[in-house]
Amino acid sequence: MAFLRRLLGKEKRQACAASEAAAPAAVGDGRAQVGWISEIGQQRTSNEDAVLVIRADQAGSNSLPSFGLFVLADGMGGHQAGEVASCLAVRAAARHILQHIYLVTLQEQEHNAEQPSLKEVLEEATQRANAIVSSAVPGGGTTLTCALVLGNQVVISHVGDSRAYLVFPDHLERVTHDHSLVDRLVELGQLSSAEAAHHPQKNVLYRAVGQGGLLEVDVVLRSISPDHGLLLCSDGLWGMLSEEEIVAIIGAAPTAQAACDALAAAANRAGGRDNISAVLVRFPSGW
Amino acid sequence: MSKNLLANPSDHPVPAVTGDGAADDLATRRIGGLAARAGLETRTIAGADVLPRVDGRLVEGAVLQERYRILAILGAGGMSTVYKAQDLHFPKVQRLCAIKEMLNTATDPKVREMVVQNFEREAHILATLSHPAIPQVYDFFSHGDRSFLVIEFIHGQDLEALLSETKSFLPEEQVVNWAIQICDVLIYLHNHKPNPVIFRDLKPSNLMLDHQERIRLVDFGIAKVFQSGQKGTMIGTEGYSPPEQYRGIAEPRGDIYALGATLHHLLSKQDPRLEPPFSFHERPIYKTNPLVSKELQEIISHSLEYDPNQRFGSAEEMKRALLGLRSARASTTAAAADLSAVGGQRAIWQFACEDEVRSSPVVYNGVVYVGAYDNNLYALDAETGKFLWKYATSGGVASSPCVAEEKVFFGSVDRSLYAVNIKTARLVWTCPTKGRIYSSPQMMLGHVLIGSDDHLLYAVNATTGRPAWTFAAEAPIRCRPATGGDAIYFGDEGGSLYSVGVNGKLLWRFRARRAVTSSPLLVRELVCFGSHDSFIYALDQRSGWAVWKFRTDGAVVSSPAVEGSTLYIGSADGYLYAIDLEDGYLVWRCKAEGQINSSPAVHAGAVYVGSTDGHVYCVDARTGQLRWRFQTNGPVISSPAVANDIVYVGSGDHHLYALPV
Repeated sequence: MAFLRRLLGKEKRQACAASEAAAPAAVGDGRAQVGWISEIGQQRTSNEDAVLVIRADQAGSNSLPSFGLFVLADGMGGHQAGEVASCLAVRAAARHILQHIYLVTLQEQEHNAEQPSLKEVLEEATQRANAIVSSAVPGGGTTLTCALVLGNQVVISHVGDSRAYLVFPDHLERVTHDHSLVDRLVELGQLSSAEAAHHPQKNVLYRAVGQGGLLEVDVVLRSISPDHGLLLCSDGLWGMLSEEEIVAIIGAAPTAQAACDALAAAANRAGGRDNISAVLVRFPSGW
Repeated sequence: MSKNLLANPSDHPVPAVTGDGAADDLATRRIGGLAARAGLETRTIAGADVLPRVDGRLVEGAVLQERYRILAILGAGGMSTVYKAQDLHFPKVQRLCAIKEMLNTATDPKVREMVVQNFEREAHILATLSHPAIPQVYDFFSHGDRSFLVIEFIHGQDLEALLSETKSFLPEEQVVNWAIQICDVLIYLHNHKPNPVIFRDLKPSNLMLDHQERIRLVDFGIAKVFQSGQKGTMIGTEGYSPPEQYRGIAEPRGDIYALGATLHHLLSKQDPRLEPPFSFHERPIYKTNPLVSKELQEIISHSLEYDPNQRFGSAEEMKRALLGLRSARASTTAAAADLSAVGGQRAIWQFACEDEVRSSPVVYNGVVYVGAYDNNLYALDAETGKFLWKYATSGGVASSPCVAEEKVFFGSVDRSLYAVNIKTARLVWTCPTKGRIYSSPQMMLGHVLIGSDDHLLYAVNATTGRPAWTFAAEAPIRCRPATGGDAIYFGDEGGSLYSVGVNGKLLWRFRARRAVTSSPLLVRELVCFGSHDSFIYALDQRSGWAVWKFRTDGAVVSSPAVEGSTLYIGSADGYLYAIDLEDGYLVWRCKAEGQINSSPAVHAGAVYVGSTDGHVYCVDARTGQLRWRFQTNGPVISSPAVANDIVYVGSGDHHLYALPV
């Protein structure tokens, strides 16, 4: 099989600026809470993940619905290509989504058929990121998971093996597919999860941003219900902790940020084999 | 973990990974030292090392072994190049051959040896085979880093190239003919003595169509002599290889899978290397190529089973199935004609009105209520169709009734909204509007909501018949409003979809390009509806943002229905669409002979819908396969209602029909 094997970047680089911009939201007032984490882990020398968190609320007599954009990417490729790819991808995607959704919301009261749908905007944002990464980072690639929360809807676009989960009090519902060969074989019952963990091709993705050409983008559409949350994470988190552990940690934490910190600590304790990134949004009484 | 990307399909695949991971390096290592290490008997020709090369490949005119003059490059992969050459031992005629050159670029001695062995194996396998579809091998020699295999040159084109040059779809009969030929050669290989040969890399680019229109199998680069129970290396081409090959299992039924994958690609024109692995069942051929027969699709689907035990047991078995298809073809036309007869449904009862029945029936407490263009609202016994009573207005009743508080509410083209007592059949009240009423009533908190051609939406007190408020739209309102979450949603003929609070104040508005006659459906915090602009829209209930939209090829007058996470809706393009609410993508669509302006009803795994072709269709909700259809003598605009396993629907032939589900 003609896989392009990519080597790890070994040098440390500064984290993506955009990932440092957001702050956790207000706590305990029934409003949605946002927390995030992006850490290097125990065994890597650089962080190839990137996280971008944007939240916009407006109060007033004719207020706009709150807007949330959460983007997570896990880069791959040698000579720092991975970290460059993930940062470029989250920025490119966010730029497109803000321009075609949030700025439109600020400008216009009325929606019409000429505007692209939320689904189309997220798909196009991923294509933009793909085009930019393909041309700017040859040999680099990245996963890219974007979650847009607007009105009562959650729209997720996804490529690669980072994951999006809906978080319920007692379980997680995984809403994205990993675009990895091994995950596909597990789905088909051709490999057990145990075999998959040691399969020589376990890190082989069949779809990623940066591949060039037109990318097939998965889209997930869900509506918000009051008692649940949304979790995006890289394989440095889901590969280290079971879903049961993740649910328990989130349930025990007082805030979304505390939950993210606790998730990172647990993944590090479990070995921290890869970079650990996550975004958690909780909707105590809707968005 | 570090991740790796699968290569683009244009990069030629082949060598893969061994169980111990050593051959991981195979695909990745750059060219290392050129220290010779040939594990096979070689004949070395002095001076061969100085053959003219560009980018490592022999140039045109170069002569190998003082015998083969290179004419052109036929193809190049990661580890080998195939040349077209002239055999100079036959100077008087043009005897062409194909020469495959293997370049051993591995530095690891073990890997190098394996590469050489693989090449030797290809030569040895080919040398023992004799079949018209398999090219003959003429010569095999090697020196230094390079090994050469001289084989018969095949005049023709490979199927991948042929497919990309074909503008439309390949005819089914032609593909079946090829498939039978491929089965023949697989039968030969799999029954080879002393051990079966597994080809392991069947795909369109390894199948040549020669000038006699015969299929030839080329590139035995990874073919393998089968030894039962032996685990080998994982090898093959992404997209065509069966799942078990990733566990190192190579056996005859793997070639059956790859043949299925190849046929799927040839017929659907969807390259499996660009699709998720093993996703053939999720991408049925008919979705891209509706011309392919169901029978052939079943054969291909059977060969693509994940579990080898579920596939055809042998190439012989698959060939028999394909041959059966051919003989069956003769009678297909007759069978298709039969389908409509067999699929024909008999009505339980039918009731004749005096004019068209466009209104959609509603069933309440064993009584079916429906309006007709003969000005009447009818009440019939739902079980027997017996006439109970009718109420005459002064205009046609296009409006679909709704029943609540012992009253049936409906609008009339005479401009009034009516409330009739269902026990006494007497008028309770009327509420006049200034326009004809084609809209259908909806109940909300003790009020009847209905639109009128006077552009107003009326909220009428259900007890008194007095309007509590009106909302002015920009154009006639003909849909049935939807209510939920403290808001009312409805469209107008100007193309707007409104969200209005229960107090009648506008919350937001969405503008489609043309009229919204379709009645909105509220599901998953979405407002779903169609428009004459040919789109189906799903808007966020709270903000009015389009979460997704789906384009059809005709006006969407039909109103959506939902079951589970699937939305069903018709279009004037003649299709009934099933759309997945979890991603906004098409699940299936199926075609009627006329427009589908009727709204589907879903009941117990089936979807019922009418068409202007006069039929009522019943299709499987999961697959879109036709279960039955019922012929009326007029267009069916009315939307079916299902109760107690009976489907009620009106027709332009003036009848209301009751059909068994």
